[in-house]
Amino acid sequence: MSISMVKALNNGLRKALADDPKVLLMGEDIGRLGGVFRVTDGLQKEFGSLRVIDTPLGEAGIVGSAIGLALRGYRPVCEIQFDGFVYPAVNQIISQLAKLRHRSGGVITLPVVIRIPFGGGIGSIEHHSESPEVYFAHTAGLKVVTCSNPQDAYDMIRQAVDDDDPVIFLEPKRHYWTKGEVTDETSTPTPFDRARVLRAGTDATLIAYGPMVPAALEAADAAAEEGRSVEVIDLRSLSPLDLDTVRESVHRTGRALVAHEASLSHGFGAELAARIQQEEFHFLEAPVLRITGYDTPYPPSRLESDWLPGVDRILDALDHSLSY
Amino acid sequence: MPRKQAKPTAGAEPADGPIQFLSPDGLLEPDSRLELPPAVDLLALYRDMALVRRLDTEAIALQRQGELGLWPSLRGQEAAQVGAAYALAEQDMVFPTYREHGVAWCRGLDPVSLLGLFRGSTLGGWNPYERRFGLYTLVIGAQTLHAVGYGMGLVRDDVVGSGDDTRDTAVLVFLGDGALSEGETNEAFLWAAAQNLPVVFFCQNNQWAISAPYSVQSRVPVAQRAAGFGFPGVSVDGNDVLACLAATREALTRARSGGGPTLIEAVTYRINAHTTADDATRYRPSAETDEWAAKDPLERLRLHLTASGGVGDTGGVGEEYFADIERREQELAEHLRAGCRALPVPDHASSFENTYADMPAELKRQLAEHSEFLASGFLAAGQEIGATR
Repeated sequence: MSISMVKALNNGLRKALADDPKVLLMGEDIGRLGGVFRVTDGLQKEFGSLRVIDTPLGEAGIVGSAIGLALRGYRPVCEIQFDGFVYPAVNQIISQLAKLRHRSGGVITLPVVIRIPFGGGIGSIEHHSESPEVYFAHTAGLKVVTCSNPQDAYDMIRQAVDDDDPVIFLEPKRHYWTKGEVTDETSTPTPFDRARVLRAGTDATLIAYGPMVPAALEAADAAAEEGRSVEVIDLRSLSPLDLDTVRESVHRTGRALVAHEASLSHGFGAELAARIQQEEFHFLEAPVLRITGYDTPYPPSRLESDWLPGVDRILDALDHSLSY
Repeated sequence: MPRKQAKPTAGAEPADGPIQFLSPDGLLEPDSRLELPPAVDLLALYRDMALVRRLDTEAIALQRQGELGLWPSLRGQEAAQVGAAYALAEQDMVFPTYREHGVAWCRGLDPVSLLGLFRGSTLGGWNPYERRFGLYTLVIGAQTLHAVGYGMGLVRDDVVGSGDDTRDTAVLVFLGDGALSEGETNEAFLWAAAQNLPVVFFCQNNQWAISAPYSVQSRVPVAQRAAGFGFPGVSVDGNDVLACLAATREALTRARSGGGPTLIEAVTYRINAHTTADDATRYRPSAETDEWAAKDPLERLRLHLTASGGVGDTGGVGEEYFADIERREQELAEHLRAGCRALPVPDHASSFENTYADMPAELKRQLAEHSEFLASGFLAAGQEIGATR
C-alpha cells in the first residue's frame, strides 16, 4: 500500500495506542485538529481525550508532565509542533528527562518519545525550518532518530514507543506528503538504532539522514549516469550512532561525504568526519567532506532553496572528493 | 518622570495575616478560617521536628569537617516540612526540592541516603518509589511539572475521587518563593488548574532566594497568585506545625476527592544561609534573623508542651520525654556520622551504567578505555593530572 509519511506515522501511532493502554499522545492541537500536519488525525476520536491529550500551550509543560506520567507508569508520546518551538522544553529534556535513569541508578525508566517535525524546504516563516538534532545527540541519556520514508516512519515510531529510553523522534516535514510503500506485520523491521545502506556503491560513501536522504539518492542516480558508483547510507539513528555500518562502507570506498541541513560548524558531520578519520585513516583516499547548511540563522523562505544543500552541491562535493 | 509605584504588598501577609493556631509564646488558639486538626500527636510532632533539626545540624557539622561538599540547611523550616508531611497518606506521592530533609525523614527514608548527593557519592540516593518520595531536584521549579504529570497519571488510573480513602491519591510538591518566578512553576499551576489535578503546591516562603528577598520575585502575596489560575490559595504561619498540618491535610483531602489543586504558602524563614557555601551576612541584616529566631517553630511547641495543661489537660510534659528525645538525637547523630563516612565511593563504571537501558556499543568502548586507563596505574588515585610522574 502506498501512503504518505504522515499517514504512516498516523498508522504507527494508532497501532501503538491499540497495543498498549499505557501509551498516551500529548501536544498542542493534536486532538480535535489532528495536529497541524494531521499526524494524529482521528486518534482522539478513536482513543478518547484521556489518551490523546490536547495540552495547554507550553512545551516545558508538555515534556515536564510527560516525565511525571512516565513516573506513574505511562508511555507518553509528545508532539512538539515545530522544531523551533522545542527550546522552551530544553531544561525538561536535557536536565530532567535525559538524566533521571542515571541519577536513580536505573530505578527510574522514562519511556518518553518526543516527536518533532524538523528541517526546512516548505516555504515557512522563521522558527519553522530548523535542524536542532545535535543539541539532543550531544546529550547523554537521549536517543535521537529520524526517518526518511513512510516504511521507516511506520516502523520506527512504534520502535521508539516500545523503547525504554527517551527518544527524540525527528520527522522530516518536507517529506511528510511523499508517498511510499508500507507493509505491516509480515516483515521484521531493522532495529531503529541501525543505519541502512539504501544503495550500494564502490567509489564513495554518501551519508545522509532524514530530509537529505532523497537528495542523496538523487545525487547518486545522477553520478551513476557519469559512471560513478556512490553508496548511500541512511543513518536513521544519530544517537546511538551505528558506526559499524559507516566504517564498513568507507573502508571499501575510501571516500566519505556527509550531508545535512543543519549548519556546518559543530554539526553532526563533524562527529562523523572525526570518527571516520580515526577509524579508517589508512584507507581514506580523500578528506571527509560535508555538504550542509551555512553557519547562519535559517534564511527567509525565498532564499531557502539556494541555502539548503541539494543535489548539485552534493555532486560538486563528490567531484571534489574524487579529485584527490 | 516615572509615576511613583504603589508600595508592593508586604511579601507574605494578606490583609488578615497567615493562619496561626500556635503563637510564638506557645498559646494554642482557634482560627476561624481553618479547623484545628483533631487527634494530633503533639509529642510525635515535636519529637520529629527536634530530630529533623538535629539531622540538619549534624549535616552542617559533616560539611564543616569536609565530609560533605555542600549542605542546604532547613533550620527554621522544621514546622513547615514536618507539618506538611504529617498530612500525607501512604499512597500520596511527594516531589521535593533539595531542602526537604524533614519531609524525607517523615517519609521514613534513611537520613544517611540524603547525604550521598552532597558528599558526591551519588546523583540520586534513594528509590523514589519505595517511600513515594521523588529524587531531589536542583533546577528550581522543574519538579512542579513532574508533579502535574504524576497527577495526570493518577486521574487516568482512576484513583482520584473514587471515595475509597485507601485508594484515592494526591501529589504534594514542594517549592520555594524563588520558584514562583520560574516559567515552569507557572505552567504547572496552569496545567493543574485547567485539568483540575490532585496536586497540592506547598510553597515554603522562607523570604530569601539565596540573596533575593521576596520583593524581588513578586508584587503580590504568594497565596494570592492561586486565584489568577483558578484554585484556592491559603497562607499559613509556616513556623506553626499545626497550621501547616491542618492546611495541608485539608488541601490533600480535597485533591484526593477530585476537588483539584491548592497552593499553600507557609510563611517561614531560612535561618541559615542558602547553603554552607553561602554567606548571608552579605545581603541581610542579623536583626532580621534574630527577629525570626524568636518565632522558632520548635520553641513554641516546647513552651506549649511544658505549660501546665499543655497536652490533653494532663499537665506539662516531663523531663523524661525530652531526655528520650535527646537520646534519640544522639543515636541519630552517630548514625549520620558513621553512615556518611561509610558511604561507598562509587565504582568508576557507575558513571557509565544506567545512562541508557542497555549500554550502547560506543559507551561500552569508552568504559573499557577508561577502565584500562585506570588499571594501568598511570594516574594513581587522588593524584592530580599534571602532577609529577
